Amino acid sequence: MAEREQRRRSETPHSTEEVEAASSPASTERSERLKGELDDLLDEIDEVLETNAEEFVKSYIQKGGE
Amino acid sequence: MAVPKTLGIETEYGIVHRGVPDPNPISASSLLINAYLSRLADPGTGPGAPRAGWDFIDESPAVDLRGFTPYDAMAPDIETHLVNAVLTNGARYYVDHAHPELSTPECADALSVVLQDRAADLILIESMAAANEFLPEGQELVVYKNNSDGKGNSYGCHENYLMDRATPFARIVQHATTHFVTRQVFTGAGKVGCELPHRDRTYIEFQLTQRADFFEEEVGLETTLKRPIINTRDEPHADPLRYRRLHVIVGDANLCEVATFLKVGTTAIILAMVEDDVLDSTLALADPVRALQAVSWDLSLSEPLTLTNGRTATALEVQWGLLESARGYVGERGTDAVGGPVANDVLERWEQVLAGLESDPSELIGQVDWITKRHVVEGFRDRHGLSAGDLRLAALDLQYHDLRPDRSLFARMGAEALVGPEDAMRATGYPPTDTRAFFRGRCLALWPERVVAANWDSMVFDAGGETLRRVPMMEPSRGTQEHVGTLLETCDSIEELLDRLSA
Repeated sequence: MAEREQRRRSETPHSTEEVEAASSPASTERSERLKGELDDLLDEIDEVLETNAEEFVKSYIQKGGE
Repeated sequence: MAVPKTLGIETEYGIVHRGVPDPNPISASSLLINAYLSRLADPGTGPGAPRAGWDFIDESPAVDLRGFTPYDAMAPDIETHLVNAVLTNGARYYVDHAHPELSTPECADALSVVLQDRAADLILIESMAAANEFLPEGQELVVYKNNSDGKGNSYGCHENYLMDRATPFARIVQHATTHFVTRQVFTGAGKVGCELPHRDRTYIEFQLTQRADFFEEEVGLETTLKRPIINTRDEPHADPLRYRRLHVIVGDANLCEVATFLKVGTTAIILAMVEDDVLDSTLALADPVRALQAVSWDLSLSEPLTLTNGRTATALEVQWGLLESARGYVGERGTDAVGGPVANDVLERWEQVLAGLESDPSELIGQVDWITKRHVVEGFRDRHGLSAGDLRLAALDLQYHDLRPDRSLFARMGAEALVGPEDAMRATGYPPTDTRAFFRGRCLALWPERVVAANWDSMVFDAGGETLRRVPMMEPSRGTQEHVGTLLETCDSIEELLDRLSA
């Protein structure tokens, strides 16, 4: 995730200063914290995810509205 | 001249009836809403018994009382036999096509809309609990706050803005279109995959919005096919000589409160600027429909959009330009037409979010839905080494919008709240105090058995006489607590209220 974010940023016109910002200590700390929180979240949601994802997605059919 | 922006949101929710072989979404929606209304009507379990019907649903109480003109008639294709109720918070809760739909009461600022939108979600959550008590073991109704089933079927989250009738419509089209295309960078609810006709689902791995794939026209009356960025439905639900209601169909339903706040808050300011004719055409888009999709598909937020003057600008650059104009406008004209002091919070948050989008979108997890959803979808993908088209990612997308508190992925994301849970719960039964919704909601709470019917711009009462009595409410900013609060508190009966109103 972090790697991809940086790669994405490097494609934007403001790449130089943003890549620098991304590697500053505060930013590294923040991205570590985000990653830790995401890991916890992914552990947690494993228990509530639909057990048969394929069946769930295929059966989720709505009529158009409005 | 800019008129005070009365605002509201109508949300069509996705609904699934689990545990039956051939589910019928219309009867599922009816059951959902009726179960909620029954729970409210049961003494001691709810804030009141708001069983009043929408004005067209009941058998005509008396033709002369209804006095419909082309302006206060509802859309002709409304299915009047389906459940259709008015709640004590002034909202309308009904079955529209094959979805449960909740229209918030009229609000006077963006924070009030956030509160009522949160209350709407709570009403749907309570409805699921109530309905599931009626269902046999193994069956369940589940509600989703999203706008697409991932198979090319879309349903809407519409916004409404009161505008000055005198404003030329072409001017609204030009500037609102620019905003609707570029505001997607913070209003998008995120979507796994592509639903453009004739494209494979995996043509796009992840995009900013639920809705952009479904829009084909710049301007038009349709809402269900050949959808236009600017919808021309003209039902002001207010004095038609003074007002129009801009009915905005292009947005996504948001879970993030910050996104809802900005969606309506920024749009209200843009529309006031249009009314006061302070915007020039430097940011007009050359091809809005293509740009709508280009912005939605561009996760890097760097796609250049061609402008009518031949230049290009990214969606973010356009938004910075609009923000600068909005700051100047509010600085000069004040906030009276755009929600009072709340408008200053809108401007501040608007700037913070644009800055976050530009420097590091991950700062906006919990504020912007597409960023929040993408965070969990990509985290899951990477952990399990999934390919882009894996249906488990599509399942995750759907489950982000699941309103069941124990199943909702959004509910686990630690999103920033702008309104407190107690306030939101209270708002399920109590109206905004600063629009005509106050009069509607409080009359329903105080004299539920005497309200025969209600709609946006009138109420019909049974005051015990030979004829029913209709109270017109053509001015959305009247009927507030300030106007009628004391009157409602000091009237002992509906007869007294009607007498004093007509005195």
